[in-house]
Amino acid sequence: MSLLNHTISQQALDAPAEAFVELAGVGKQFGAVRALSDVDLRITAGRMTSVLGHNGAGKSTLIRIIAGLVKPSAGRVRIAGDAEDKLSPRHALSLGIRCVFQELSLCDSLTVYENTRVLHPNLTGRRWRNRSRALIQQSLDTIFPGHDIDVNELVGRLSIGRRQMIEIARAFTVTDVPVRLVILDEPTSALDAKAANQLMQFTRRVRQEGCSCLFVSHRLREILDYTDDIVVMRDGRVTDTIVMGPNVSASILVEKMGAVHDEAPLQAGSPTRKADGRSVVDITGSNGSIPFRATKGEIVGLSGLAGQGQRELLLQVLSATQRLDSHCKVTGKAAYVAGDRQSEGLFPLWTVAENLSIGSLSKVCRLGVISLRRERTLAERWRAALSIRAPRVAYPIRLLSGGNQQKVLVARAFASEPDVVLFDDPMRGVDVNTKTELYGQVRRLADSGCTFLWYTTEIAELWNCDRVYILRNGRITEEIPRHALSEERVISASFERT
Amino acid sequence: MQSVTVSRRNGLSGLAPLLAQHTRLAVPAVALAAMVGFSVILQPRVMSYFGLTLLLRYSEPLLFATMAQLCILTVGDVDLSIGPFISLVNCIVSVSATSSPTRCALELIGCVIGYVIMGAFIQVRALPSIVVTLGFSFIWLGFALLTLPTPGGSAPDWLVSMMAFQPPLIPMPILLAVMVAVVGDILLLRTGYGAILRGIGSNATAIQQAGWSLLIGRTVLYGAAGLCGVLSGLTLSGLNTTGDPWVGAQYTLLSIAGAIIGGAEFSGGIVSPIGAVFGAGIMLLSGSLLSFLDISTDWQLSVQGGLLTLVLALRTFSAWGVR
Amino acid sequence: MTSPNVRQWVSSNAWVWSYAGAFLVFVAMLPFTSGHGVIQTTQVALQFSTFYVMVGLGQMLVIALGNGNIDLSIPGVITLGGFVGLGAGGDGPWGAATAAGATLLVGISAGLVNAIPVRILRIPPMIATLSSGFVFQSVAIAYSRGASAAPPALLADVTTHRSAGVPDLTIIFVFLSVVVAFTLRCTKFGRTILALGQNARAAGLTGLRVGPTITFVYIISSTFAAFTGLLLAASVGGASLDMGQDYLLFSIAVVVLGGAAISGGRASTAGVWGAGLLLVLSVTLLNVIGVSVGVRFLVTGLIIVLVLGLANRRA
Repeated sequence: MSLLNHTISQQALDAPAEAFVELAGVGKQFGAVRALSDVDLRITAGRMTSVLGHNGAGKSTLIRIIAGLVKPSAGRVRIAGDAEDKLSPRHALSLGIRCVFQELSLCDSLTVYENTRVLHPNLTGRRWRNRSRALIQQSLDTIFPGHDIDVNELVGRLSIGRRQMIEIARAFTVTDVPVRLVILDEPTSALDAKAANQLMQFTRRVRQEGCSCLFVSHRLREILDYTDDIVVMRDGRVTDTIVMGPNVSASILVEKMGAVHDEAPLQAGSPTRKADGRSVVDITGSNGSIPFRATKGEIVGLSGLAGQGQRELLLQVLSATQRLDSHCKVTGKAAYVAGDRQSEGLFPLWTVAENLSIGSLSKVCRLGVISLRRERTLAERWRAALSIRAPRVAYPIRLLSGGNQQKVLVARAFASEPDVVLFDDPMRGVDVNTKTELYGQVRRLADSGCTFLWYTTEIAELWNCDRVYILRNGRITEEIPRHALSEERVISASFERT
Repeated sequence: MQSVTVSRRNGLSGLAPLLAQHTRLAVPAVALAAMVGFSVILQPRVMSYFGLTLLLRYSEPLLFATMAQLCILTVGDVDLSIGPFISLVNCIVSVSATSSPTRCALELIGCVIGYVIMGAFIQVRALPSIVVTLGFSFIWLGFALLTLPTPGGSAPDWLVSMMAFQPPLIPMPILLAVMVAVVGDILLLRTGYGAILRGIGSNATAIQQAGWSLLIGRTVLYGAAGLCGVLSGLTLSGLNTTGDPWVGAQYTLLSIAGAIIGGAEFSGGIVSPIGAVFGAGIMLLSGSLLSFLDISTDWQLSVQGGLLTLVLALRTFSAWGVR
Repeated sequence: MTSPNVRQWVSSNAWVWSYAGAFLVFVAMLPFTSGHGVIQTTQVALQFSTFYVMVGLGQMLVIALGNGNIDLSIPGVITLGGFVGLGAGGDGPWGAATAAGATLLVGISAGLVNAIPVRILRIPPMIATLSSGFVFQSVAIAYSRGASAAPPALLADVTTHRSAGVPDLTIIFVFLSVVVAFTLRCTKFGRTILALGQNARAAGLTGLRVGPTITFVYIISSTFAAFTGLLLAASVGGASLDMGQDYLLFSIAVVVLGGAAISGGRASTAGVWGAGLLLVLSVTLLNVIGVSVGVRFLVTGLIIVLVLGLANRRA
């Protein structure tokens, strides 16, 4: 008996062209940041819809809205024909919407079958454990034949790949509500080739039985081979909807993702740097990764899709300044500028001055005691230099706007007079004016001999760099010199073609 | 041929997780057996019905206190108020159980509700359990001192005779320990809702996103802890036959140590009722063993505190070994 | 015009509430004490709150570290410090100095015993300090065999003497509090503590020396506790095994009531004094009214739980 024999109600089979999910004019605002605007989307029953886009295109906000995890600030959401204004995760679940997210939603301390039960409150009674075991076992066997997962094992003891398989298999288990839509967010990134292939094959079978899939992947081959509809997103908008056909190719998709040039890339100063200065950062290549090198006064960009190991690279460089690393040689002092201000950068209870001086306390110390006067002078100097808009330097940092908070973090790094500045996507969520100002500062500091490693999720920002490295799956896969830099080249290198 | 998806575990690497899974239970079990064995060698009379009964006297209150702590540890909290709470129950029972059983029963129900409120308070205000339970410990102690300002009162006869009851063949403490272990194991490890409760301690967001109420989960566990606390106080009253507002003080450390040594993790989600029974036994015997060895009982606290640190240190080391 | 400014100032200086509370309790107490009694009551209150402040300052630094750091070994260290300090003191001319030296040694070693499991073995601070506290307590039991030496004359004098009506101890510890406040504000060490408590990841990424700071803070906390034990024992003529009992909750209570954040990163030295006075005066008031010891515990517990519930609004 197939796992899916009872997953799809008769109604879905009767009306296959019916849209299961329908979004009309959906928008979402996070504070000052507009993550989604005016999105129309139809997910048809029995078809796989792929959402394609580079970083910050709004993919994850979109799928989180459909999963009921985020409430849209504008527009209408209709599911199975009914308007759903207050979609909660529980309600989405009861409508037959299942999610497989990148950040796993399994409990480490529970067994595989107990995690299955978390999704099925109606698994009760004396024999619930056997039923839960059978349910997940059958699902695993169907999707990943030949897997070796013991459903009695604690999830915390399994490898990431196996956990991902469980997460996927769990999404397809059925007790009372049939599965109508499965959201697959980069489901294959943690799987090996065979399991990934098994999953993609399986999605074909479910679709035949009327279940829809919403698919996000950075592997263009998977999208081309398995998708029915492709939705291209950019800057929070749906820019293109493509029905899969023989004439759709990887190059066309790459082109579509970067095709909208509505604004000139922001940049300051002319990139006239040569890459032959004294080497400051040197990382030997290994395991499919090309070697990395940054010279004095160079601005080196790190790009690729988010979370492909760029942060880890920056942290490796940072830790190499403190302890010996045979693969990574760094000359001089490094300063790190966090992009995730709240969790990695700000000291929220402090003033601007305290936040700014913490990276260079020895410069304001006299006999081991911080001179509050010198601290203030230092803060005032940088407030003026980066035109941080705060009434005074003794002003609480949490009352500043996001852009100005970010300026303080940049000033903290600059004030410590580092040899290497590590940018972990610091311009995320920063307004355009602030960005332009900071770009100028970066260029000026680079001209005076400071090296920048700049990870950014915005392609336009790469035009500030002298050279760009692309990372994919934790490896440095490509080096693009300034003169060869183009949006298409970056996008094309970010996605896997094969 | 295609690359193999998930390489079959070979013999050696398969052994490690198997061991890890069972060491959680095996270590306290072996340790307890060794302690019992050692006691028997030092004091052969222990190995008799009465010897065991004597050795395991006062195991019941500790057993229930450990179970109460286990419930709290399940959601990743810790309870520093269980000791004074046991004192409070002891005082209530000694003062009013004989004269007005109904009032006593109502007050004990009130105690359990107090625990439920404590859990709800922690959940709703998102407060650290350690500070809240420490604050509540003063409240319990205050009530205990109000109920019974100085040691005195008497436990009802039925309770005293129940605690003195001697079943045939197997001593009462052992019977009770087995029962508690089985009930705890079934409720927390084998029911569907038990899995959800442990899930809260492991990944509360995931549980909440699947539509479960964290408030209900936490209050259920705190209520269960309160119930175990009441049982602990009842059995203690039956053994002591009298009330004392300070009697429970030692149970806070003992219950934490017992549950942790028995395999529970501080981070929440990982608990073992059977292990906790062994852990409580180890804590209980650590005192008797010292006296068999002619070591001053002054060092008993050192041994108990030291054991707890040692077990946690060993766990850290074994985690390093796995990595 | 000033009202929003005042509100803003109060919200970032939560310690004023503890003084307001202490003042209210003091006023409420006035009808029960007549003339001369007020001064005496105040002196006694100052004396007792000084002891709360002694342990509170150390606990405040530990809690300011954030990330679950807390020192539950304080009662054990107090007892051990009291017994060992007095035991080492004796009657000789150097009695007070040896007592202080021995107490310092107890403090430093107890701090290390706390810090090592926390830092190297990654044991949750709460449990590491709870169990080490029991170890200290039992070492004290074994060391003392229940008997305590008499305090050196000089120490006994210091703990009971008053200058211009103010207990000497209070003056000493006001001075020490100023030093602690200054350290927090104007040294790299102090800034590191506060930075850690606000955002441990950011502190690490900024290149602050996290590990040594944590160790040192635990040593400071234990040293304060050990000296509290010595001075407490000296003030009552000898150490006793249960002398540290109340100080576990009170050390935490003065920190929390004083306006510090339980989650760390914000410390208030002035608040510790205010909260110490508030707690001591409330207990004194309840004593004066004549309620039983049970009510005192109950009220103390309720104050702490309610203040916690009100102060820590969900962000």
